[in-house]
Amino acid sequence: MITIDKVSKHYGNFQVLTDCSTHVNKGEVVVVCGPSGSGKSTLIKCVNGLEPFQQGDIHVNGTSVGAAKTNLSKLRAHVGMVFQHFELFPHMTIRDNLTLAQVKVLKRDKDEAAEKGLYFLDRVGLKAHAHKFPGQLSGGQQQRVAIARALAMDPICMLFDEPTSALDPEMINEVLDVMTELAQEGMTMMCVTHEMGFAKRVAHRVIFMDHGKIVEDDSKEAFFANPRSERAQQFLAKILQH
Amino acid sequence: MFGSYEFDWSSIPGSLTFLGQGLMVSLEITALAIVAGIVWGTLLAMARLSSIKPLAWAAAAYVNLFRAIPLVMVLLWFFLIVPKFLESFLGLPPGSDVRLASAMIGFALFESAYYAEIIRAGIQSVPKGQLAAAHALGMSYPQAMLHVVLPQAFRNMVPLLLTQAIILFQDTSLVYVSALADFFGAAYKVGDRDGRLVELVLFAGAVYFVLCFAASQAVRHFQQRLQRA
Amino acid sequence: MEYQWNWGVFLLPSAVNDGTYLDWMIAGLQTTLLLSLSAWVIALLLGAVVGVLRTVPHRGLSGVATAYVEMFRNIPLLVQLFFWYFVLPELLPTAAGDAFKALNPIAQQFIAAMVCLGFFTSARVAEQVRSGINALPRGQKNAGLALGLTLPQTYRHVMLPMAFRLVVPPLTSEFLNVFKNSAVCSTIGLLELAAQGRQLVDYTAQPYESFVAVTVAYLMINVVVMLLMRKVEGLVRVPGYLGGK
Repeated sequence: MITIDKVSKHYGNFQVLTDCSTHVNKGEVVVVCGPSGSGKSTLIKCVNGLEPFQQGDIHVNGTSVGAAKTNLSKLRAHVGMVFQHFELFPHMTIRDNLTLAQVKVLKRDKDEAAEKGLYFLDRVGLKAHAHKFPGQLSGGQQQRVAIARALAMDPICMLFDEPTSALDPEMINEVLDVMTELAQEGMTMMCVTHEMGFAKRVAHRVIFMDHGKIVEDDSKEAFFANPRSERAQQFLAKILQH
Repeated sequence: MFGSYEFDWSSIPGSLTFLGQGLMVSLEITALAIVAGIVWGTLLAMARLSSIKPLAWAAAAYVNLFRAIPLVMVLLWFFLIVPKFLESFLGLPPGSDVRLASAMIGFALFESAYYAEIIRAGIQSVPKGQLAAAHALGMSYPQAMLHVVLPQAFRNMVPLLLTQAIILFQDTSLVYVSALADFFGAAYKVGDRDGRLVELVLFAGAVYFVLCFAASQAVRHFQQRLQRA
Repeated sequence: MEYQWNWGVFLLPSAVNDGTYLDWMIAGLQTTLLLSLSAWVIALLLGAVVGVLRTVPHRGLSGVATAYVEMFRNIPLLVQLFFWYFVLPELLPTAAGDAFKALNPIAQQFIAAMVCLGFFTSARVAEQVRSGINALPRGQKNAGLALGLTLPQTYRHVMLPMAFRLVVPPLTSEFLNVFKNSAVCSTIGLLELAAQGRQLVDYTAQPYESFVAVTVAYLMINVVVMLLMRKVEGLVRVPGYLGGK
């Protein structure tokens, strides 16, 4: 589904990603973790072309992200993305947030889009809030709306960029629950997250990044039982202390 | 594209001394107004933030009044009306011309209202805890203001104060309405005399642009250095 | 010599017998309002376009927009006014220049003043629009793009609606500036409010009354504009955002 092949990226002299290669199969859930500044958020943004890269290529469902002739908008329409800071559109109601791209990008008619949007809003448990504005919801609720907004586009896979790290602790679980459910339904997912409990429960594979490189890329069981690199061991030790 | 107009720039070289004098006048007015503006503006800003209500109200009224009326109007007040008032009030001998001095003062009073707002924002940008900390060390209000708050405030304000200085320099062209021979007034006189207004207006515009653009780039550069520091 | 206040002066017939001096003041006020409002429309349209161009990821376009802004910001308004009024008609192709000069003088003054104020203000509006767009969280643009919207669609539906809301308060002061700056246009002979005030000083022996009246008129314009813009701010307020409820 997603193939990342020797991707490198730099800003001027600063190397952000070095020779990253991995893949995510259909129906697979891959968690990407690593210390801050390790390049994990950059890598996931390369997958749908939000961040350009200089070397290597990424294929999503057979389409090259790096190729100049690729219509990135078309590709992104079917790759759902959830952001750290939710990024709902503050000037629109929840309902309009859910329908905007369906209407403008997929050319669905308004009623159909609204129906679809409300279906997913219901699935994340927020149907009653359709008429509200994002600023009137809690962080956890906003993030669930953001997930519903992505799902309403019928994505072939989902990218999560630290979806819980801007949330107050008591709201983290409501978002993780939605993500877990999605994973159990067989959605292809690539998640940048520090939530190791989620990774243990849901992930098939775990990728560990450090200094722009993929240091470990292993099955969940192997990663947690016996991380090979010292950096990953230290990282896990720190995170699992609590 | 220039139609049939034939440019003739020959009146400029011979008038450079005169134009230079005009530019000096503009720069002098600018310098004077900046100094007066910062000093008077700081006092106004502190008055606005004062806990003595009547003082705060008076300063707010001053600032809002001057910021609500056009500079042209202020200059006309101080060029036409105030001198007449002074003549009758102070009993000045007829013929003593206080109009230019009056217009200059009007200009400075006007610009200081704008400086006052910048300085007020600067003072407010210093965290309240700084004043509390200074008080906790036993400093009086004036000491705390002078040694702790104002130095930080001015540091934050420097780019804005400089930008305002560039605007002020451009504003000096409006003393044209008070017949003061500033740079633009001089350029206009030369153009009018030689029937070459087109060339002289273009020339004046180019000079202003070069000076102001260079100054604003310098401010930007300075600002970036300040941010990095 | 004691000054004789006489507010009745406004009701006296004017020296050239075309109504009262009050009519002069009202005519001046009308010109100021008409001039400022039409210049404001030009400034908003041009400023929005130029401000957006300054933020687009295209060097040529953003470069042109930057040059535009620097040009109008670094030359005094008075010089720009003289350019539009005295210089440009000479430089236009002969036919266009002659057509302009064939208009009646008041129309010439008004058009030059309107265009001048419009362009001058547009550069300042553009700066506000640009900083409004730059003040949006970076993720908003990414979120629009990630949903498959094109860059123009993302500007149109996601970034600009919020940027314009952010820009309303700073635009209030630019709107006020248009009215204040319009007084500069008295220098080319346009009989707006300040010029009428000055004319009254020459025609009557009551300078104080005339200047006080003009000053009060500008103060009133200020108050009205501020109330109006506060209303606009309320109308575009987003619930749960920026202090909205």
